[in-house]
Amino acid sequence: MTQARLLLPQRVAPGEVVKARLLVAHPMETGYLQDLAGKTIPRNIIRELSCEYGGRQVFRVEPSSGIAGNPLFEFCFRAQFSGELLVRWVDDEGRVGQLRQSLRVQPAA
Amino acid sequence: MRSSLCALWLLLLPLLVVAQQRVLPLDQLRSGLHFAGSDVRALQADEFGNPGQLALQRGEQRWSEAVGPAGKSCFQCHGGVAQSMRGVAARYPAVDARSGRLLNLEDRIAQCRQVHQQGPALVLESEDLLALSLYVTRASAGLPLRVEVSGPASAHLLEGERLFMQRRGQLNLACTHCHDQNQGRRFYTDALSQGQPNAYPLYRLEWQKLGSLERRLRGCLVGVRAELPDWGALEMRQLALYLGWRGAGLPVEAPAVRK
Repeated sequence: MTQARLLLPQRVAPGEVVKARLLVAHPMETGYLQDLAGKTIPRNIIRELSCEYGGRQVFRVEPSSGIAGNPLFEFCFRAQFSGELLVRWVDDEGRVGQLRQSLRVQPAA
Repeated sequence: MRSSLCALWLLLLPLLVVAQQRVLPLDQLRSGLHFAGSDVRALQADEFGNPGQLALQRGEQRWSEAVGPAGKSCFQCHGGVAQSMRGVAARYPAVDARSGRLLNLEDRIAQCRQVHQQGPALVLESEDLLALSLYVTRASAGLPLRVEVSGPASAHLLEGERLFMQRRGQLNLACTHCHDQNQGRRFYTDALSQGQPNAYPLYRLEWQKLGSLERRLRGCLVGVRAELPDWGALEMRQLALYLGWRGAGLPVEAPAVRK
């Protein structure tokens, strides 16, 4: 089960620079820690996470094991049109997660 | 007749003393948040970025999900948490009328899963159980802690107080030495808190996930190099009951974040 939350502004004017906030549920196991029973937990971090807006990549990150669990990302992009944001990530276990959310751009009245 | 009454009174006297006197006056109660750094406080206050929100989402899904042979969900019996679970978390740990055992909120949820839903067991400290517990606790956010300490709980409270005062571990420290006598003072880089239980289960940055009060208490026991009781041990519930009584009146925080 993959979970993520993406926060976009409600009202966006064309050409406006939009700040997106993205919270991804992921343990980001460094490989150095042990579970409550004392067994080493294998490394499992997000290898790559990217966000496409209307088919064009607007954000891409390759987190390292220094990034905390359940990472929070913030990035900005210029909103020209109403469209879908597609966030995708893959971790060391090969598990793929994705989240789709649409952005509505309205001309200022 | 008179002597037996007298004996009864002597038996009850320590219970009454404990139940009447507060260790910390109401206006001096401080949640752990008070001792946290500004970045931790900002993260807890951030309604989107608070990592506990992910667990709340998970808890909400688990609440409405049918499990077990009868295909019953929590929702089918209890309805929405906002009404049915309002104030519930503030009353735990509590003595369960059915079994007579002292249960914390996680135990109670796991018991409900076993007895009523007959679904797969919810293991202590598992993500699903903690998420459900946080989701239920959220319905009490802002309400004051008020555990029941009379009746069958009174003996547990006394035992919990004894455990709080008891020296243990290679460092030979009791809870009271840090959390009553030295609260607010520095312990290396951290301020010693009052040891209040009003925000559990909570997200600790050290754990990178949600954890229960029991896990936090175990952390302290490791810190003083004491022997660890088994998970779910009665003494941990009794200690939690004492903490709940000691912090009675503090508003419940959910979802909370700590360092």
